[in-house]
Amino acid sequence: METQRGTAAVTAGHMAFVRRAPAPELAPPFASTGWTGWLRANLFATPFNAGLTALTVLLLVWVVPSAVRFLLIDAVWTGTDREACLATAARPEVGACWAFVKAHLAYFTYGSYPIAGRWRVDVFFALLAIGVAWLLWIDAPRRDLGALYFFGVFPVVSFVLLYGLPPLGLPIVDTSLWGGALITVVVAVVGIVTSLPLGILLALGRRSRMPAVKALSVLFIEVVRGVPLITVLFMASVMLPLFLPATWSSPDKLIRALVGVALFASAYMAEVVRAGLQAIPKGQWEAAAALGLGYWQTLRLIVLPQALRVTIPNIVNTYVSLFKDTSLVFFVGIFDFLKTVETARSNPSWATPVTSVSGYAFAALVYFMCCYSMSRYATGIERRLARSERR
Amino acid sequence: MTMSATAIPLEVMVDGPGSGVAVDIKALHKWYGEFHVLRDVDLTVLRGERIVICGPSGSGKSTLLRCINGLEAYQRGEIVVDGIALANDPKRIAQVRREVGMVFQQFNLFPHLTVLENCTLAPIHVRKMPPGEAEETARRLLERVRIPEQADKYPGQLSGGQQQRVAIARALCMNPKLMMFDEPTSALDPEMVKEVLDTMVELAMDGMTMIVVSHEMGFARQVASRIVFMDAGQIVEVNTPEEFFNHPQHERTKLFLSQILK
Repeated sequence: METQRGTAAVTAGHMAFVRRAPAPELAPPFASTGWTGWLRANLFATPFNAGLTALTVLLLVWVVPSAVRFLLIDAVWTGTDREACLATAARPEVGACWAFVKAHLAYFTYGSYPIAGRWRVDVFFALLAIGVAWLLWIDAPRRDLGALYFFGVFPVVSFVLLYGLPPLGLPIVDTSLWGGALITVVVAVVGIVTSLPLGILLALGRRSRMPAVKALSVLFIEVVRGVPLITVLFMASVMLPLFLPATWSSPDKLIRALVGVALFASAYMAEVVRAGLQAIPKGQWEAAAALGLGYWQTLRLIVLPQALRVTIPNIVNTYVSLFKDTSLVFFVGIFDFLKTVETARSNPSWATPVTSVSGYAFAALVYFMCCYSMSRYATGIERRLARSERR
Repeated sequence: MTMSATAIPLEVMVDGPGSGVAVDIKALHKWYGEFHVLRDVDLTVLRGERIVICGPSGSGKSTLLRCINGLEAYQRGEIVVDGIALANDPKRIAQVRREVGMVFQQFNLFPHLTVLENCTLAPIHVRKMPPGEAEETARRLLERVRIPEQADKYPGQLSGGQQQRVAIARALCMNPKLMMFDEPTSALDPEMVKEVLDTMVELAMDGMTMIVVSHEMGFARQVASRIVFMDAGQIVEVNTPEEFFNHPQHERTKLFLSQILK
């Protein structure tokens, strides 16, 4: 039997078929492309979906105009004191008082750090920016040097710069004078930098075959994770001095908070890293062992590069929450960024009905920008990894 | 002497420590918990010999192989590799692993490293070879397994057969005295089995001492000096390919061959 597609023959109950002409490529039967197709597929696919779309639009219509009006259109941008941000007969609606934020910007950045020494903080921020950019830019040249700089040189230089070293002509600035964004950045960076190596060690300890190491790691991780950060901070600031020899002077208040944050973050990091370690197939360990690589070599060259790569999104996630949690140090008497905003808003020379809202809006904006850029970075890395896995 | 593909002569090279013996396994026992996986295994492999181990799944073939380079610990008996008694001693195991190359069923290439980096990693970090020299060796061996043009790709970009040939090159880069293959073609698509087997045949013709766990009976017939048949953790029969296929002695061997060759 000859058909258009090919030759079919029926012989003794068996059907044989040989294709003669290829099946033609046809266009899809209904509009599934273009913007109408996109709308249908994404916004109005089902009645429920269409309902959600309508609800979202209503919500945006309700929130966005008033927010824009308060934050931008009615906002006061210049002024020297509260008079600028008070409602008058000519201007009954007053939006955000950005003049207040502008007047306190230095305070938000440096806290009570002596004005003459504030260039030191600026240099610190610049050094930090260099290190961060060097490490985060994946294709940057000599990232090994970057790591050495960030983890070796930068901490020492920063400490000398910020705390001071009289022989170098840098007078001592007591940490009780540090404040604002400086404190938030110091706490976050110390937490971020120490939590990853400590977390890796704890995760390895938890997977160790040695019962004592394993038990101690599990105990530490579970105890710290089972307690709120605020408790850890109180414990660090109240109990740490009890553990140290009586002859030592009680450690600096900031140091105590830093220890608390670092320990807290490393317990969370340990669990993140552990998940990454578990994702590495046993065959990788075996292949490395069969080639004669030792445990630490295998870890450094084979396992950690792969484990950390798959956990980058989770690591950054931990960093984001760590960054926000730094605001808790103000409960143990440290002037972080949020605390400076909190202090400034009760400044009587700026007392207006919108001062507090403006201050908090500014704080929210700053935290949001920091955290959002971290998560954007993580998304970028994730996409890049997905691409390399597809190849 | 002419060398035909079907008959590779058994060459016994006598040099170095331990004279002509590459691996000597004496009265080996191993348990997984209560389960007795290896029972009283004795096997001596001479230098230049090519041993093919076959047998039903769960018979302890892979476990035996993994005991030889210390990937598995054993509880009784002794394994001597290149004159070094393992004795479950980490230092000696490390020494043995430098001399014994291993190829796995699942390739186990390092996915985050390029093909070239996979090959140079161990020579650089274990043998402390200068990177330039390691790279030269690696490129030469990639040439030998016929994939020099893939050196800068990542394992994920290669086919299964190519990956397994990289794994062979990676092991050869350590200049091993003994090569072990754990079912090297079992995870491959049928059309890729031949390219890997061809590479192994060439290796055999160059006089490499090899222990191969495999169900490729054609390969065994062509290359093996001796075939070891295992069942239930024991060595049931050891014979030349000729005798093994044409005149199997043990009932279990006959049954196995009748099932596999049907």
